[in-house]
Amino acid sequence: MIRSTFAMPVLIGLVSLIGLVVALAGDGWFDAASWIALGVPVAATLWAYRVKRT
Amino acid sequence: MPGVASIGGGSYAAANVSQQAASMTRGTIKGWFLVHKWSSLICTLFLLMLCLTGLPLIFHDEIDAATGHAPAVSGPASSGEAAGLLPLDTVLARAMARRPGEVPVFMAFDNDGPQMTVTAAPRPDSPATAMTLQILDRRTGEPVGAVEKGGVMAFLLQLHTDMFLGLGGMLFLGAMGLAFVLALVSGVVLYAPFMRKLDFGTVRTVRSRRVLWLDWHNLLGIVALAWMAVVGLTGVVNTLATPITRLWQASELADMTRAYAGRPALPPARYGSIDRAMAAARAALPGVRPQFIAFPGGAFSSAHHYAVFFQGDTPLTERALTPALIDGETGRLTEARRMPWYMLALMYAQPLHFGDYGGLPLKILWAVLTGFTIVVLGSGLYLWLGRRRSTDGAVREVAAGGEVAA
Repeated sequence: MIRSTFAMPVLIGLVSLIGLVVALAGDGWFDAASWIALGVPVAATLWAYRVKRT
Repeated sequence: MPGVASIGGGSYAAANVSQQAASMTRGTIKGWFLVHKWSSLICTLFLLMLCLTGLPLIFHDEIDAATGHAPAVSGPASSGEAAGLLPLDTVLARAMARRPGEVPVFMAFDNDGPQMTVTAAPRPDSPATAMTLQILDRRTGEPVGAVEKGGVMAFLLQLHTDMFLGLGGMLFLGAMGLAFVLALVSGVVLYAPFMRKLDFGTVRTVRSRRVLWLDWHNLLGIVALAWMAVVGLTGVVNTLATPITRLWQASELADMTRAYAGRPALPPARYGSIDRAMAAARAALPGVRPQFIAFPGGAFSSAHHYAVFFQGDTPLTERALTPALIDGETGRLTEARRMPWYMLALMYAQPLHFGDYGGLPLKILWAVLTGFTIVVLGSGLYLWLGRRRSTDGAVREVAAGGEVAA
């Protein structure tokens, strides 16, 4: 249960945290990496809106 | 648990175990449901206010630039020593000539352009509300842009920080932040049984409006969880800025300036040269850029020192400021010492709360995630206001994996 219910949330959460921290570590590529990482929760929502509506 | 129940003879046992788990946790679910309900009810309206005022504050740099309050100026960095920059004493004298009868309390620098700020106040220990900020061009000593007191952005910032209630208001919002974190934790606990039979990302649009908003509440809450937790917790840390800074002043700073203990405060008339103080500070911490100078008598210095705060020398340590304490009269170094962990925590809590450390795209993502938070708060409120069922009914729905006819 834990694995299936929390697999995606844990993944999204970890990627978000990496995104929050990585922009602190530098500019340029670090910033771009943080945009992609923090874009993941937004992308997941768009995906759910498009694909998972029932 | 897909597949488990279909394993022949094991199905009965598996079903039994899962039923047992469900019945065992019914009481636990009810407990967490009540924690979620009450922690959310306590903080929701304040969190909505914080989200709505926070949205424009994310873009305050862009808004200030666009409205002419702080236009961007290009040229040598005011934190440097490039040719063409005026001595700090000259800039300070020109700034203070515009605030007769007042004393300087802060001077801050920029790494991207020649603009710098001078903050003046009626007394060295005046509260922040009595201070006046001037943005100046270090090449001319003339103001760039007008910082109006009582502008819309200043109003929003004050509302967001302490609701015009001072330290008490700040600490109250900190308590609301803690309630929000508790709501996040209890929400995640309830997410587990609720989503038992639902795929991640499920949004059931055909059942009822209540189920639709419940699913959006769960989806947006879980995807934005890490961001909400970080912004919530760093917000709580920021509400503690005053007590944290006072602790530093009373312990570390007092220890660094022990030799001066008991002496009367240095009167502003005897303040020595800022340029000489800056030179002594640069000699003590070579190769790093100064961010601001706190004048004697304020919250960031002793009653006898200029405290020159230097940035770290790498992007990651840039925000870890190190103060060099310079005797305000003689301009000689007293001590430079790294900040203790609680001050470092405060310094890193600021960017992680403001979202201003990764360019405009990061700010836009910050705004989108703030929007998600508003929907989570609003849908939570809607689910509570539109409740037609008892706590037990809601607990039954969570325990059943969200599958109760709406």
